[in-house]
Amino acid sequence: MNSLTHSKKGNTDTLKWVLIITGCWLALLMMNLLPSKDSIFYLSSFNLNTAGKYMAYAILALGIDLLWGYTGILSLGQGIFFGLGAYCMGMHLMLSIGGEGAYQSDLPDFMVWNQLESLPLFWQPFKSFFFSMVGVMAVPALFALVFGFLTFRSRIKGVYFSIITQALALTVWLLFNQNSMNLGGTNGLTDFKKILDFPLSDAATQRVLFIATGICLILAFLLCRWITGSRLGKVLIAIRDNEGRIRFSGYSASRYKLFVFVVSAALAGLAGALYVPQVGIITPGQIGVLPSIEMIVWVAVGGRGTLVGALLGAIGVNWARSFLTSNYPDLWLYFLGLLFIGVVLYFPKGMWEVSGRLKTLLKSRKKKQPVIGKQLT
Amino acid sequence: MNGFQIKNSVSTAFAVLTLCLIIPGVFFCADRADAQNTVPERLAQAILNLADPDGEVVETAVFALGESGDPAVLPILETLRERSLYLWLKPDGVRTVVIGRELINQGDISGYRVQEPYGGAPMKNKEGQPLFLPEAQLESIRLSRRLRIKITPMLDRLRLFSADAAIRESAATKVGLSGDPEALPMLDKALNQEKDRWVRFSLTEAIGLIQLTDPDPAIRKQAAETLGKIHAMDAIPTLEARIKTPDGGEAEENDIAVKAAIQDTIQKISAWQVWARTVETIFSGISLSSILLLVALGLAITFGLMGVINMAHGELMMLGAYTTYIMQEFFVAYLPPGLKELYFFLAIPLAFCIAALFGLVLEKSIIRKLYGRPMETLLATWGISLILQQGVRQIFGAANVDVASPSWLSGGLRLAVGIQLPYNRLFIILLSVIAVASVYLLVLRSPIGLKIRAVTQNREMSACMGIATERVDAWTFALGAGLAGMAGAALTLIGNVGPDLGQNYIVDSFLVVVTGGVGKLAGTVGAAFGIGGLNKLFEPGLGAIYAKVAILLLVILFLQKRPSGLFPAKGRHIDS
Repeated sequence: MNSLTHSKKGNTDTLKWVLIITGCWLALLMMNLLPSKDSIFYLSSFNLNTAGKYMAYAILALGIDLLWGYTGILSLGQGIFFGLGAYCMGMHLMLSIGGEGAYQSDLPDFMVWNQLESLPLFWQPFKSFFFSMVGVMAVPALFALVFGFLTFRSRIKGVYFSIITQALALTVWLLFNQNSMNLGGTNGLTDFKKILDFPLSDAATQRVLFIATGICLILAFLLCRWITGSRLGKVLIAIRDNEGRIRFSGYSASRYKLFVFVVSAALAGLAGALYVPQVGIITPGQIGVLPSIEMIVWVAVGGRGTLVGALLGAIGVNWARSFLTSNYPDLWLYFLGLLFIGVVLYFPKGMWEVSGRLKTLLKSRKKKQPVIGKQLT
Repeated sequence: MNGFQIKNSVSTAFAVLTLCLIIPGVFFCADRADAQNTVPERLAQAILNLADPDGEVVETAVFALGESGDPAVLPILETLRERSLYLWLKPDGVRTVVIGRELINQGDISGYRVQEPYGGAPMKNKEGQPLFLPEAQLESIRLSRRLRIKITPMLDRLRLFSADAAIRESAATKVGLSGDPEALPMLDKALNQEKDRWVRFSLTEAIGLIQLTDPDPAIRKQAAETLGKIHAMDAIPTLEARIKTPDGGEAEENDIAVKAAIQDTIQKISAWQVWARTVETIFSGISLSSILLLVALGLAITFGLMGVINMAHGELMMLGAYTTYIMQEFFVAYLPPGLKELYFFLAIPLAFCIAALFGLVLEKSIIRKLYGRPMETLLATWGISLILQQGVRQIFGAANVDVASPSWLSGGLRLAVGIQLPYNRLFIILLSVIAVASVYLLVLRSPIGLKIRAVTQNREMSACMGIATERVDAWTFALGAGLAGMAGAALTLIGNVGPDLGQNYIVDSFLVVVTGGVGKLAGTVGAAFGIGGLNKLFEPGLGAIYAKVAILLLVILFLQKRPSGLFPAKGRHIDS
């Protein structure tokens, strides 16, 4: 297990992965910028945009991995935090349209449509870019803090926690669908025009967003590496493996859980905020029960308990989704369903484990030595 | 084949043929039983007079028919209004009045399959075939606009004597709301011969409403009092209009005593309305609770007893619902129409069996590998649910399919004025009571149940005692799945049947089980009633969506307080 290795080896490992991620990220960027449009290495701006979307998802997957893979808390409500971040960003983008909407009003179009006279109070602060950027992480974190405090304090855990978070996801979804919440109802927030006065339709703006997403992803990866490599990370793993024992050893398990829950919520919020300007729309349909559980499968497929696995899982599953939904729309749900079942039954640690196994297999072939000792979980 | 047999078979065939002709006829013309009767002399003349060139004669004829109080003249007046009543001039000069509803082509000639005006039975020619008359031989009977307008109220008055109670009732209400004093004698006559409680009520209400405008204050007062006594809810707008003072003018009702009586009546009816609404709220609360209970019962077994987070529970319900749909289609396609209504009786056990079978396969192939790893079962069963959904979507289409409730479950039990309990809801309540009782007996009072509980409590020890734990697991899971399928069949009575039917119930059913306390049947029942009841309590004030949100938040808060639900399982284990 990565986090149990010596810290020195852990550090070089981290460095290796950061370099790999940065390399891929820069390569994608260069492929968009340098080659001519006919070259096979050319990556269109649309595809760069899609890659940016997957990277935003990867940030969210890191949070889930921290929560589920390392601490053993299965939250089926990560979509809520993603949505909160996304809506915070969406509200800011809505307000920065100004009077350029279809109705030439200072209010967002859907509010004119709903016959609102003035901007609702909770929309006001999102006029400020700075506040919105803080909000995209602070709002989900605060929400997670309150909900997590109540829940972990009363020692709700395991599947009960999952079921309650799923109920919460349903609740939030129901609420965001309501027109009276002034969040655009089922249509969500869309028709964004510019961010900080740069037009969003511009390829250069999108490129900057891609760069920002990449930086955020690397920072998030480093943060998670740091958490899992520290003493704190060891306590988290211990909670996953035997919470009762940790409690009896004098640790306040609920505080650790709360911490990691809040961190994962903030990461989800950040992912949402990076997602919105690149995709251009956020609706309740993207944050409800079904999307929330789909996020879990990214991590399950990639490999929970390994940060790189979660990251690759998010990108891989979403790539498969784009590929299948555009080429074989009927097959996507079968594929997703089979992925769930197959991973759970045959690769409980995800694809990352498969690659690890292959590696050991190759090594043992080379050295012609039997593998000693099996990993314990 | 000898002659006798031939004769025999021919006569049998003939009898069958006759039956085939008679049976639909009997069903079809149920309320035209007296159509075979000969036309009364007086009416026969009136019917002929309808085609008279003299306007006055026609008017007299129309009124004679309208006031006859004979429901058999309804077709005449109806078709007269729609201008599909015709005069048939036979070549020999005999004039007959016939009904021709739909213009059809027979060969090159367009014409009508005509009907008898009195009673509306199809006319036959000498060979016993439906009589077809070419358009050229028919002359449409047209009324003046003034007369046509007068027919409409007559129709309602005639319907007061229809053979169908529902038609009589709606006619009485219509006549009452028209407020036409000329209708009073007919209403009185109808009331005198009426037996049905609800038609009597409507008639009394109608009489009261009309009498409110009577010139005599004593009668008006009495009418108001009668309306109050019978709690005539529909009368409130009329009553209010009588005493409301228009801007700067006087109220229509100027007699003080009558005014007081009307005021009194309005209060009385309003009080009754509040009461009726309360009863209705309580009933809908019970009804919703029973639905939740039925939906959660299977989960109480798979999750509560076995610890399997079966996210495909909703999809097993969907399978049950689609089984019902298939049964319905099968009955409609292959069995005589008389049996169609019975499909539902067969659909419920079949839905149970199909879902149980599916559950058995699921357990044998996937779930058994995941015992003791609840989070893994959650993910795997979610995958199953996605596959099932998509499969159903591809087989039956993404749109909802149409499952018609059997007619014996339409309508409702009317307890009192304004209180009607729909039969389908009552049926679901009954079904959930039966299901809970059976599960109780099976799990807590039978030898099989003893094994189930033993395995769920201590698998190793049960195995040592010689219980085939794997078989018990499989059958317990199948039981839970079957209950889900049955719930799905029942849900076709009240909701849409579509590929995402299960999704709408899955969160609710998990909440019911968790709130009740896992593994506790009484807890599941209590939680279902708590959640269902509170939901209906909040709904009038908050609206359906916010009520649901409030319930979800309440449950989440409740679980903070009591993490193990209403009835926690006692134990000293660190994780319990």
